[in-house]
Amino acid sequence: MATYKLQINGRSYEADVEADTPLLWVLRDNLGLVGTKYGCGIAQCGACTVHVNGDAVRSCVYPVSAVGTSKVTTIEGLSENGDHPVQLAWNEVDVAQCGYCQAGQIMAATALLNKNPNPTQEEIDNTMNGNICRCGTYHRIREAVALAANKSK
Amino acid sequence: MSSLSKPSRRNFMKLAATASGGLFLGFSWTSSVASALEVVSDTAIAAGEIEFNSFLALSPDGIVTIFSPNPELGQNIKTSFPMIVAEELDADWTKVKVVQAPLDTNKFERQVTGGSGAVPHSWDRLRTAGATARHMLMEAAAKRWKVSASTLTTDNGMVVHQATGRKLSYGDLATEASKVPVPKDVKLKDPKNFKLIGTAVRNVDNHEMITGKPLYGMDVYKEGMLFAMIQRPKAFGMKLKSVDAAAAKAMPGIVDVVTFKSNVAVVGKSTWQVNKARKALKLEYEEDAPLESSTDHDRIFKELLDSPDATVHRKDGDVAAAFQKAAKVIKSEYQCPFLPHSPMEPMNFFAHVRLDGVELAGPTQTPERARSEVAKLLNIAPEKVTVELTRLGGGFGRRLSADYVVEAAELSSIIKAPVKVIWTREDDMTGGTYRPAVRYRFEAALDAKGNMIGYKLRGVGMSSGNPTREDNFPSGSVDNLLIDSVEHKSPITTGPWRAPITNFLAFAEQSFLDEVAQAAGKDPVQFRLELLAKAKKAPVGEIKYDIDRMKGVIDLAVEKSGWGRKKGVAQGFSVYFSHRSYVAQVGEVAVKNNVPVVTKVYAACDCGMVVNLSGAYQQVKGGIVDGLGHAMYSNLTFKNGAPDQKNFNNYRLIRLKEVPEVDVYFVNNGINPTGLGEPALPPTGGAVANAIYKATGKRLRNQPFIEQAELKTV
Repeated sequence: MATYKLQINGRSYEADVEADTPLLWVLRDNLGLVGTKYGCGIAQCGACTVHVNGDAVRSCVYPVSAVGTSKVTTIEGLSENGDHPVQLAWNEVDVAQCGYCQAGQIMAATALLNKNPNPTQEEIDNTMNGNICRCGTYHRIREAVALAANKSK
Repeated sequence: MSSLSKPSRRNFMKLAATASGGLFLGFSWTSSVASALEVVSDTAIAAGEIEFNSFLALSPDGIVTIFSPNPELGQNIKTSFPMIVAEELDADWTKVKVVQAPLDTNKFERQVTGGSGAVPHSWDRLRTAGATARHMLMEAAAKRWKVSASTLTTDNGMVVHQATGRKLSYGDLATEASKVPVPKDVKLKDPKNFKLIGTAVRNVDNHEMITGKPLYGMDVYKEGMLFAMIQRPKAFGMKLKSVDAAAAKAMPGIVDVVTFKSNVAVVGKSTWQVNKARKALKLEYEEDAPLESSTDHDRIFKELLDSPDATVHRKDGDVAAAFQKAAKVIKSEYQCPFLPHSPMEPMNFFAHVRLDGVELAGPTQTPERARSEVAKLLNIAPEKVTVELTRLGGGFGRRLSADYVVEAAELSSIIKAPVKVIWTREDDMTGGTYRPAVRYRFEAALDAKGNMIGYKLRGVGMSSGNPTREDNFPSGSVDNLLIDSVEHKSPITTGPWRAPITNFLAFAEQSFLDEVAQAAGKDPVQFRLELLAKAKKAPVGEIKYDIDRMKGVIDLAVEKSGWGRKKGVAQGFSVYFSHRSYVAQVGEVAVKNNVPVVTKVYAACDCGMVVNLSGAYQQVKGGIVDGLGHAMYSNLTFKNGAPDQKNFNNYRLIRLKEVPEVDVYFVNNGINPTGLGEPALPPTGGAVANAIYKATGKRLRNQPFIEQAELKTV
């Protein structure tokens, strides 16, 4: 066990965990940030997507010891009121069915738009293809990413 | 997590305190008659003197609170139910608050998510509740203004006196309305005047979902709670022989390792610690049933298809004679694999077994079953068990079983502590209660004119029960018909999977009918319409589907898809009746780089009146994506009793790029809602496979399509 100082959503946190503990479980079990979800544990489904220094990463395979001084953003850090353009788009398009994968979808979309504010349909598809939605909300995910890009302009 | 851990009584008390003097309506879930409605005071609620089955509460600040009893797993019931109440109440939708009710069999009935039945079941009850409250508010306003209630109208949370232009808000009237005698036989709205029902209303949990608030069973974290994972036998047919837990117990954060039945539970202080320690268990297993492989199943299927011992489900006319005199006989077999449900949120449940009672919390489609099975296990009265309902991260039928709830309760009773049992994805995929593997043999006899004079279907399956729907179309349209089945009892466990049985049967049947139409030299749609016309004119035996509704969706799909009129596009047709609704689909396929690509699916649906247009589109599009994805890609195979696929690295679910364009249309026939959670899924496989046949000449009879030789040689 070791103490890790983490910068998450603009705040400082400390967690006393083993070095190989995935960031996902530190967020959920130790820090009470449960918006980031467990889906597969092997970086296949994207439900656990968070940002580390602006890059979308799979927190289920990202050991806490690798975070260092990097800045972590989770769904809770996107905006407190749900007024980030991607969150607004997700609400407007009414994307979610069960909703469990949507935090990961939103974080994947946000990372894309931060780097590429005007993605083509193909770029949107390439990014969002990494996240599984078992309810099949893919049509609306596509629509919401495009809408969010418009809102950010 | 306090919002997820309040027992019902406290919720009601809180409501009573904040809405002092408001209008509380208990409305009976078991009856739609107004006489079951009563107004109660907040003190009565606080004192627990409540005899009603559910609540609609209107507070003086105008907030309408509606308790939603059914588990929400993405079917959008938590939004649709209150919409129905709010419509008849003429409430201001922005002031409607929806609260998920816990399991309470005294107040609610049918707290189940399954069978696409919630809205059909509760439609009249919810409308009556809203209409009754509205009537009482109008009476209260009439009294205050000293006018006749018949001169008043309501609009968006206000009672309006048209003659003078006066208005009063529902909140202003709540206290007075609570003193109005409860009316009997209130008049419901003419659906033509619906303002909310039939519109697109956003999910009431959107804000919580997009900001990452705790909603799901996985998000339950309670005071003093321990974490556990359970190592179950790695193969169906195995049982536990010996346990060496010394190494696991010595690992950091591990509190205990306990064994019950063939389960070894690792209990600790965090999810990751128990996950790691579990890998240090040294376990030995022994065989207690045959360890089956998929190759065994293929052999067993062939044996059962020729078995003399089938159970007959429907027999019309003389099949043997029909086939003897047939000008042409068509015979085909169709097969599907086992499938896990793969909800994105794996199984999990919180349990705290105490001396004075049991607290359960988590995702379940059937809280009552969870409660009764836990009560039975612990040999206590069901009343001692509370079940708090979280939002479900998908269900697809998996959470109709209570195995994962009972297991959590058993573990808690052994360790005498509150515990959340978490399944990994691997546990979820290898843990059973799958959609059963099934094989069908269809036979059709045609006369010289291409009329289907005989039809035979035999379904054989692995712990599948009866894998046929013997009274579905084309039954009733064929003079000589025989439908039977044979079951193999497998140690591999099976259970309902979204659109049970029909999720594959519809594909097989609609593909086979395409083959028969082809053999008869008829257009596939025309062929089906002729059969329906025959069923209408001269029905054979009992008909348990609505011929006109089925024809209605066929006509709409033909119109919208340009069936038979579109040049240069390969289209496939399918239509299916499941649960209470009808859906016809047309699939379009293009061949790109020698690979057939599904480019479009048209869906024409008759689910009666649509409640929430946004949710309805979601159910249809999601059902089509679900039906296409599993038909095309998903496969669970077995070797020596163990699944070969354990996670999403080699078990394939459909992804965004593989989704075709989908156009959805609803038949507007004004009948009451008949449910939409499942009916859009069954027709998809057939519409797509029939289009692939059109485009390539290759007939796909087995799923998943992607693994079939026919598709690889296009």
